Amino acid sequence: MSEAAFTIPLDRTDARTEPRWVRGLLIGLCGLFLTVFIVLPLTIVFAEALARGGQAYLAALTEPEALSAIKLTLTVAAISVGLNLVFGLIAAWAVAKFEFPGKTLLITLIDLPFSVSPVISGLVFVLLFGGQGFLGPWLQDNDIQLLFALPGIALATTFVTFPFVSRALIPLMQEQGTAEEEAALSLGASGLQTFFRVTLPNIKWGLLYGVLLCNARAMGEFGAVSVVSGHIRGETNTMPLLVEILYNEYQFVAAFAVASLLALLALITLVAKTILEGQLDEGRQAREH
Amino acid sequence: MSIELKNIVKRFGAFSALNNVDLTIADGELLALLGPSGSGKTTLLRIIAGLDWPDSGSVSFDGENALARGAGERQVGFVFQHYALFRHMTVFENVAFGLRVQPRAIRKDEASIRARVKELLDLVQLDWLADRYPSQLSGGQRQRIALARALATEPRILLLDEPFGALDAKVRKELRRWLRSLHEEIHVTSVFVTHDQEEALEVANRVVVMDKGRIEQIGKPGEVYDSPATAFVHGFIGESIVLPVDIQDGVIRLGGTPLNIAAECGAAGPSKLFVRRHDMQISPPGWGGLEGTVRRVRSFGPIQRADIALSDGQGETIIEIDAPRDRELRSGEVVGLQPRRYRIFADRT
Ligand SMILES: Nc1ncnc2c1ncn2[C@@H]1O[C@H](COP(=O)(O)OP(=O)(O)OP(=O)(O)O)[C@@H](O)[C@H]1O
Ligand SMILES: [Mg+2]
Repeated sequence: MSEAAFTIPLDRTDARTEPRWVRGLLIGLCGLFLTVFIVLPLTIVFAEALARGGQAYLAALTEPEALSAIKLTLTVAAISVGLNLVFGLIAAWAVAKFEFPGKTLLITLIDLPFSVSPVISGLVFVLLFGGQGFLGPWLQDNDIQLLFALPGIALATTFVTFPFVSRALIPLMQEQGTAEEEAALSLGASGLQTFFRVTLPNIKWGLLYGVLLCNARAMGEFGAVSVVSGHIRGETNTMPLLVEILYNEYQFVAAFAVASLLALLALITLVAKTILEGQLDEGRQAREH
Repeated sequence: MSIELKNIVKRFGAFSALNNVDLTIADGELLALLGPSGSGKTTLLRIIAGLDWPDSGSVSFDGENALARGAGERQVGFVFQHYALFRHMTVFENVAFGLRVQPRAIRKDEASIRARVKELLDLVQLDWLADRYPSQLSGGQRQRIALARALATEPRILLLDEPFGALDAKVRKELRRWLRSLHEEIHVTSVFVTHDQEEALEVANRVVVMDKGRIEQIGKPGEVYDSPATAFVHGFIGESIVLPVDIQDGVIRLGGTPLNIAAECGAAGPSKLFVRRHDMQISPPGWGGLEGTVRRVRSFGPIQRADIALSDGQGETIIEIDAPRDRELRSGEVVGLQPRRYRIFADRT
């Protein structure tokens, strides 16, 4: 039998029946959409930021107001990521490894910040801690400044970004079950040793993934922070708030310069996320064997 | 170390997983827990290991209350049904784990840990896999690593939950023999769970048969096979022919026909007659009891296996018997069947 009779037809490389042009069209449309709505705006941010040259760009970023906003944003992100790392881990642990009444309610509560508009979240804190608020008078009597200051901003941000870490961990921990922890305990490990030697290494990629998303959102949060910040220039403006103020004052280069930093953060997050997802997939495949 | 379980009850919600289990295991014994799926074998092991606590009852090791101690303090090595190896550690680190987490006062130095792990890997004949991760091992290899890990801290009790569950028949046989010889070597009190009766009968000194959270029988492998204590054990261990019979005044009737065999004294009412396949003897028709028509005969090795349709008054019951090949059976032939050995249990259903 001649080999030529069995060459693969060039236009059939898989079992799907869509003609090539349909596939091409779909992919093309998708690419166009992404370009118009995502790539283009991102490019414009950088283009506008650098419109008056690198000097102006750097000058805009080293303004005292800009520096203060960057510092505040980093501080707030550090606090809320730190808090959510701990709380998220505890919540995920409780949900994934224990059975208790009210578990479904807890899971719903964890998701609450995702389903509430950030502005409402901010308002809740104003209602709680404001001058006429529930705890306001007590705070005033004790000379504690929460609203329109770092603690309020950090609190609102923490609330809004709460679900990221626990959401990343719950399915992972549920899938892994308690078998390895039990093995560790029966081999004589203490609770802490079990956590640090068995549980944590098993969830580290998922944890990092949650922290990454949590951080990105914490730095970019606008709505909730806007309500509780009070917009005191040079004091309680985070980067997103500053971008809005500068833009409203027609300082486009400065606005876009600060915005470009946030955009850069987004790009870095994206790359890191892709790498982490690769790691998570590898872990999952290893588990299936 | 000896283990004593008294009156163990364990419930999950309204469901009783263990009902009043009493069991004493002697020092150095190799005991098999045998029972169908869901009979409570894993639950019992977990209670011994301290991974679960009973609702009531007591567990003692060498006369000391074990329930007051946590899993880590019981010195029990547990080989889990699904291995539970630490997936992010190499084989070496898996085996070393128990040694590394020991309290500083008794922890060995790195060199002795390495030596001990090496020794264990040699014991399970897998030293060449030390740097692999669990996901890169075959099922049988994982099993043996899980065993090496459990042995590392020199436990006083070894619990194995279906150690050969996921393996093919040949590897099972190999590991079975290997476990037996390992036990002879290190003599640690061991309990192993299986739902494979052959495995239990071949490996263990004593066999515990469980069903629905109860112990049905405890005995030497020969005992549970030859003199099963309950209908369940007879049906579960070895294959049996089961016939519904009725006993009145010491006469056993199958579908109205009296059988020419003796009933145990005291037995009366609806009962079940259990006969092993090879204990059903072919005899000329008309001996005064079971009779049937040969339907199909398959011969292999020294035996012929025949499907025989019994006429029991209400219709046909087909039974499978094993007969020696000295007298060839032909399909269509009418034969008498005489149980050489049999057991009768009252029908509780
Ligand atoms: N955590 C639990 N919650 C509720 N029910 C449970 C739990 N663990 C076990 N059970 C129930 O208890 C019964 C006994 O379970 P167990 O795991 O001891 O069975 P087993 O004899 O080991 O079975 P197998 O041979 O399938 O492993 C089962 O019916 C099971 O559904
Ligand atoms: Mg089990």
